[in-house]
Amino acid sequence: MRVSLTVNGQRREDDIEPRTLLVHYLREVAGLTGTHVGCETSLCGACTVLMNGRAVKSCTTLAVQAEGAEITTVEGLARDGKFHPVQEGFWEEHGLQCGYCTPGMIMMATDLLSRNPDPSEAEIRAALEGNLCRCTGYQHIVNAVRYAANKMRAAKGA
Amino acid sequence: MFPAPFEYHRAGSVKEALSMLRQFGDDAKLLAGGHSLVPMMKMRLATPAHLIDIGSVRELSGIREEGGKIVIGAATTHAQVETSDLVRRKLGLLAECAALIGDVQVRNRGTLGGSLAHADPAADYPAAVLALDGEVSLESESGARTVKADDFFIDLMTTAAQPGEIVTAVRFTPPAPAAGYAYLKHRQPASGFALVGIAALVTLDGKGNFQSVRVGVTGLCAKAFRAKAVESALAGKGRDAIAQAAAHVTDGADALSDIHASSEFRSELARVYTRRALEQALARAKS
Ligand SMILES: Cc1cc2nc3c(=O)[nH]c(=O)nc-3n(C[C@H](O)[C@H](O)[C@H](O)COP(=O)(O)OP(=O)(O)OC[C@H]3O[C@@H](n4cnc5c(N)ncnc54)[C@H](O)[C@@H]3O)c2cc1C
Ligand code: FES
Ligand code: FES
Repeated sequence: MRVSLTVNGQRREDDIEPRTLLVHYLREVAGLTGTHVGCETSLCGACTVLMNGRAVKSCTTLAVQAEGAEITTVEGLARDGKFHPVQEGFWEEHGLQCGYCTPGMIMMATDLLSRNPDPSEAEIRAALEGNLCRCTGYQHIVNAVRYAANKMRAAKGA
Repeated sequence: MFPAPFEYHRAGSVKEALSMLRQFGDDAKLLAGGHSLVPMMKMRLATPAHLIDIGSVRELSGIREEGGKIVIGAATTHAQVETSDLVRRKLGLLAECAALIGDVQVRNRGTLGGSLAHADPAADYPAAVLALDGEVSLESESGARTVKADDFFIDLMTTAAQPGEIVTAVRFTPPAPAAGYAYLKHRQPASGFALVGIAALVTLDGKGNFQSVRVGVTGLCAKAFRAKAVESALAGKGRDAIAQAAAHVTDGADALSDIHASSEFRSELARVYTRRALEQALARAKS
């Protein structure tokens, strides 16, 4: 079946089986392997991408449900070879160890900061509830999101 | 892990979805947010031959005020309910409940109609919809009807919706502004589902005693229900009566038992959370 959607600003049309999950479409059809598959059971958040600006678990979404949607993956964040502030935050604040959870964490944090530019630590932790990390103990991830929030507000001249 | 093959159909309207339901009959399932159905299909617990996607049917989504009632379309996401100004102002209990479902990603996809139709015994919404006396609007090719929440939940994953019927909306009469409410749940740590969830809605008389009490219970039994024994034990009484009344939440209840909680533990959780929900509702109510 034919799907047409926009991935990281590029329009695509592909023929896929209706049962193709969005995460498999992104990784195997669009060739974007930045989005990870972790638990496959909707719990870990490693597969989080933005669909029309909002974070969704792409292992629990059929690609055909994304018809006409705008999808953003971790590959779509950097601009002109420069990290997005959230990516920079994870780099500067050591927000990752093995990196498996990182693309999902970054996409979830991007959703949060688009709705709430100045989240408290409690709000950050609540937003990341659906994203699991087996390495960092989360504190550095929270710091990374705070870093990004400050940087993005400063850039806006707030 | 991915679903067994199926044919996919995107409905553009309720009418079209209903005619597809007739055409494909028992081999078809409606797909809304997919956050209950897709996991079941991945585990091959569900293998429908046809999926009818109602996720982009415009008339099914959105929140509006209509003749003093608040009407929430079946395909409205948990996130939309949680953040709606109208719902927060007039149906605070429902907004509070929506905000506690799963996690942000789940709330961005899952829908009110999908949650009620699925009738998972651990789903949150049923408790709040029961306490708020919501009315479920159903539509089939032979017409539309309304079922009160009290009559909607029949058994484990079984509702009053018949084959060939679609949940189109849920209607609520907003409680008096002075009413107090609370939704409290004990989360299953992995998924966030309610091991037990209690929704309480109370109004007070001039002396600060309970005038009306509605308590919706989810997670405890195979289906969500109203704790009528708790409600009647509180009529005309005050704060001191809460602890004893709350213990009645398990009267006649056939509590579930699974790897997450034994029936004894679930029952104890229900009694404690009923007490806490009533205390919080009372503290928020104005006489
Ligand atoms: C990781 C995870 C955690 C979760 N945690 C919670 C939680 O804490 N609390 C909670 O309550 N829920 C939780 N859920 C479930 C979530 O809220 C679901 O989104 C919801 O139960 C179903 O809504 P849906 O729109 O996704 O329905 P779908 O999955 O699309 O459909 C579910 C069922 O309802 C039927 N259906 C859907 N829409 C209609 C309609 N309009 N009319 C008739 N039938 C219809 C479908 O045919 C299907 O049988 C969780 C889900 C996941 C994946
Ligand atoms: S892979 Fe999607 S939530 Fe874990
Ligand atoms: S950095 Fe290893 S899982 Fe998070």
